[in-house]
Amino acid sequence: MHSILKTSLAALIAAGVATTASADGHGLSGELRIMSDMSNPAPRAVMEKMAADFDALHPNLSVDLTIVDREAWKTQIRNALGANPPDVVNWYAATRMLPYVEAGLFMDVSDLWNEPEMADLASTKGAMTLDGKQWGVPYTYYQWGVYYRKDIYEELGLSEPTTWEEEKANCQAILDSGRKCYTIGSKFLWTAGGWFDYINSRTNGYDFHIELATGQVPWTDDRVKATFANWRELIDMGAFIDDHQSYSWQEAMPFMIDGEAAAYLMGNFSVAAFRDGGLTDDQLDFYQFPAINPDVEPAEDAPTDTFHIASGAQNVDAAKAFLLYVTSPEVQTWINGGDALGQLPVNAKAEVSDDKFIQEGFNMLSNNAGGGIMQFFDRDFSAEMASVGMEGLQEFMVFPDNLDDILARLEETRQRIYN
Amino acid sequence: MAAASTTNVPAQRSWYKRNEIAITPWLFLLPAMLFFAVYVIIPIGQSFWISFHEWDGLGEKTYIGAANYERLLGIGDQNMDRKFQTSFWNNLRWLVLYLLAIPLGLFIALFLNQNVTGIRLYKSLFFFPFVISQVVVGLVFSWFYLPREGLLNAILMGIGLEPVNILGDPDTATYGIIAAGLWPQTAYCMILYLTGLNAVDPEQVEAARLDGAKGPRMLWYVILPQLKPATFIAFVVTIIGALRSFDLISVMTNGGPFGSTRVLSFYMFEESLSEFGFRMGFGAAIAVVLFFIMLFFIVYFLYSMWRDEQGAH
Repeated sequence: MHSILKTSLAALIAAGVATTASADGHGLSGELRIMSDMSNPAPRAVMEKMAADFDALHPNLSVDLTIVDREAWKTQIRNALGANPPDVVNWYAATRMLPYVEAGLFMDVSDLWNEPEMADLASTKGAMTLDGKQWGVPYTYYQWGVYYRKDIYEELGLSEPTTWEEEKANCQAILDSGRKCYTIGSKFLWTAGGWFDYINSRTNGYDFHIELATGQVPWTDDRVKATFANWRELIDMGAFIDDHQSYSWQEAMPFMIDGEAAAYLMGNFSVAAFRDGGLTDDQLDFYQFPAINPDVEPAEDAPTDTFHIASGAQNVDAAKAFLLYVTSPEVQTWINGGDALGQLPVNAKAEVSDDKFIQEGFNMLSNNAGGGIMQFFDRDFSAEMASVGMEGLQEFMVFPDNLDDILARLEETRQRIYN
Repeated sequence: MAAASTTNVPAQRSWYKRNEIAITPWLFLLPAMLFFAVYVIIPIGQSFWISFHEWDGLGEKTYIGAANYERLLGIGDQNMDRKFQTSFWNNLRWLVLYLLAIPLGLFIALFLNQNVTGIRLYKSLFFFPFVISQVVVGLVFSWFYLPREGLLNAILMGIGLEPVNILGDPDTATYGIIAAGLWPQTAYCMILYLTGLNAVDPEQVEAARLDGAKGPRMLWYVILPQLKPATFIAFVVTIIGALRSFDLISVMTNGGPFGSTRVLSFYMFEESLSEFGFRMGFGAAIAVVLFFIMLFFIVYFLYSMWRDEQGAH
């Protein structure tokens, strides 16, 4: 059954891409070298199958795939793009592309975005644009939000909060029951970035958040302080687990799985880990981060993962055809399906998996993210600002009294980077 | 007569044969010198060169003079770089506390330097931490220190004390890492002293005993002077080890919490090579500062070695 499904899907994909290829008007030949960071088990299987299928579609083309560890790739990409680069590489959207765009290592693929079929990717075009040009294509994205223990909420008679007051009232009830409201592991800093993204955009709006990210607003601005004041309300309540600075995001999960903490602000990739940890869909649920300032439209973190063509690519035609293949509706439906990546497709014509969390995320991002889509702290802020910033956020979560000193430090960094 | 005819032969000897004595040592030295130049001398020069530039490691370098050093050391109207200050003081803590490995190693070596059944096994067990990778040591200790499940806190709570989060508290994290580093380093010093103790002259010990020396006096006046070469090597490896501490920090705290366990080598890595590090010039400037600190110790060691050789003649 499974294999029949797969073959028919492959046939579908073949049909879909055959039309694109023939529209191109010439066959592809030679070698296409792909270097990918999709090293976790499920993404790895997806990438390997994509490469094999694309290879099979083009008889004269051989696809050479190298998969690099996802964490290691974050530093290795620099060497990989240097001498004798591969044709296609994985990376992340938004400001995270900037060093490679500025160094001329990513190829401008604006012409690809002018193709008619790319109109279905319009929602992610902004995240791929720097200097008015597009530098790659997205292949998947996922929502962030609060994953919580539904059974604990039911036991305490709580419902999903939609305002900051409800949020704090819920939290107080959870604390009174001897649990913590939120688990978090901030050893590797970025998890604290998620909290800042949400509280800042809910307090001051998406536009302000992006102005801060692009260095147009000082960190010592009163609006930034208002964000931290809201955050501090939770910290002073004791909402977060103790000693979170010693845990990675995975090490913080048992607190929620064991019921010592009720919720986790995380990306949708955590669902697989929750399920592996033994939580059923009856115990685990999702809600959108509540509103703080009723006057601002909610903005959501939805990081986008991408494919790019190296500017030193040897087989540009094949590379462009591969990007079109990856973003085609059929491939998008398949790779983001529940038994593959389990995330959201970037193509509007693709089908969204019927997984509960993917559906909730899709509805939230389609209908209730009017503020805008953030890529995440470490992708929207420039590299140096992100690293200094996240360190400051972690310090704030442990020693909130140090806030003035932290903000002064961040402001000093901002002035050095952006002036 | 036959001898006279052979004295004319030198004209036919090859150039190499004529200069053999002068050239052969250089030929033997050549591969080492070549590799030393390519892998050590030239990269040092390159680091100096890069440290005068602003460079993201990808595009073009821009020459900015000594601006990286001014930012690092706070020359002019700016404050000294705070991360640099933290790193520098942590390096000093490492230097001082790491030296504890020497007396600890000596103590264990003296303790193990006896003939009982199975002593080889005990010795190898004590030496074991030096054999395993620093990464494993770091991992084991970070589990030992875990705030809730860790063995350390289990013991503390067992005797009725408050649990501590050593690696999560900026005031104690560095000391926690140094303690982890001392474990293998003590084993290293121990092995140096054990070999040193083998070379201690039994006749001198016997003579000292006849003169009534024992205990600490025996150790201080008779044994330790004979262990001087071992002590010297232990100093060198411990100080160099303290200055290049990197793996433990990377594994145990990743420089955190909030950068309080950084040392210069980790700061350099973070600025230039890590996930968010695109500041090759600034990183190179940190490397140059670290180089001079190390150079200070290396020159001192070379000088004392040279002085000892002079004394021996």
